[in-house]
Amino acid sequence: MAQTLQRTPIHDRHVALDARLVPFAGWEMPVQYEGVIPEVRAVRGDAGVFDVSHMGELEVEGPRATELLQATLSNDLARIGPGQAQYTLLTNERGGIIDDLIAYKLDDFRYLLIVNASNREADFQWLKERELPGSDVRDVSDQYALLAVQGPRAIERLGLPEAQAFTFAEGEIDGVQCMVNRTGYTGEDGCELLAMAEDGAELWDRVVRRGAVPCGLGARDTLRLEVCYPLHGNDITPDTDAISAGLGWACALDKEFTGANALRETKARGPERKLVPFVMEEKAVPRQGMDVDGGGVVTSGTHSPMLDRGIGLAYLPAATAVPDAEISIDVRGRKRRARVVKRPIYKREENS
Amino acid sequence: MAATETYPDELKYHKEHDWARIEGEEALLGITWFAQDALGELVHYEPPKEGDTIKRDSAYGEVESVKAVSDVIAPLSGEVLEVNTKVVDEPETVNADPYGEGWLVRIRLSDPAEADTLLEVDAYKQVVAES
Repeated sequence: MAQTLQRTPIHDRHVALDARLVPFAGWEMPVQYEGVIPEVRAVRGDAGVFDVSHMGELEVEGPRATELLQATLSNDLARIGPGQAQYTLLTNERGGIIDDLIAYKLDDFRYLLIVNASNREADFQWLKERELPGSDVRDVSDQYALLAVQGPRAIERLGLPEAQAFTFAEGEIDGVQCMVNRTGYTGEDGCELLAMAEDGAELWDRVVRRGAVPCGLGARDTLRLEVCYPLHGNDITPDTDAISAGLGWACALDKEFTGANALRETKARGPERKLVPFVMEEKAVPRQGMDVDGGGVVTSGTHSPMLDRGIGLAYLPAATAVPDAEISIDVRGRKRRARVVKRPIYKREENS
Repeated sequence: MAATETYPDELKYHKEHDWARIEGEEALLGITWFAQDALGELVHYEPPKEGDTIKRDSAYGEVESVKAVSDVIAPLSGEVLEVNTKVVDEPETVNADPYGEGWLVRIRLSDPAEADTLLEVDAYKQVVAES
């Protein structure tokens, strides 16, 4: 397919580092530099930096911005104040997940939504069609570069003060201004730095100079799976609902939003199948799309460097979707044993 | 941990990026530097069983990296005498030493004349250059 891939403001740096670049959601992105395994270890043990500038940023502004978002997003924005952020879902009428995202409350009339790259346009269209007089939705993605700096030493290496998770503030890294968000997708301490696109490469250089190891999308996917964060497009889609996905905690069913009724019904009835984490009991790497005996399907799978075995997420019939249940996965025609586990698959305490 | 790009002169090569080290009636088989580099860090080796018959140009096992799985193609036909259990336990051995400790199987050749169909190092380097 002769399609021009978009490049992030950090692209030259990836080329200079000899990263392996792959197409992802219409972008040319680094999948790895040194290798997925050393990059995962860097984030679990010290600090890594990811260019996630492909992610989308939508700004919703106006006296009725809160009203629009309360009616379309699953979580309750009344629970957060300015300077705070919230994990939330954009849901359709069936309670299916159009996207999962983080909403940042800039002030009472202004929100920033950081959304998945592949859903940026769908999210924007969905919200734009539901705009109220007094709520303006804008796609501001092209204005920004976004770097995730993650790991137990990330904050210390950046010289930032300690702060609560899911808060944000204006800040700077060695003179480069940015919004410092205490969020991430790795299960480690750290932050995500939102800078103006033209400052992105300079910010990358400074973060790397402070000792964060460049990490690609391969490590990012492995890290998020080790801590059971769902990936939209794999584990959650417009055809899977939040309750079955185990994301009921991000749904304020005591307020009205698109799909709330369907979700209430699913919750009351109990979901027929549930998304659960599992680890392989035999040598094999589970992959997306593999069948589970007894009716079930793997939605994400990989090799965990921290556990040194295959791990994944699967939708299973509710009866077998319980910790310690033994399951059998069809790995290209070979039955391989696995066990359902509690979230998260990887916990630091076990390994320190 | 990764080896540097090399293609030893004494090996015979298959265009699917496999090598054979022929010693009399037997051969060690493995994948080339190019193959392991394209796959990335290996995390799983699904070997054939000892005693299995493998056939030239057909898959005899799988190697899997963090991101992808690939069939391993037999450059020669024969009977599997030995599976490298070090690679089963530590698949990354292939990345570190693809032509040495990272061999995959030892076979008894069923048709030693097949060796004539394999590529010499210069011809294989040409295949790599065009990949």
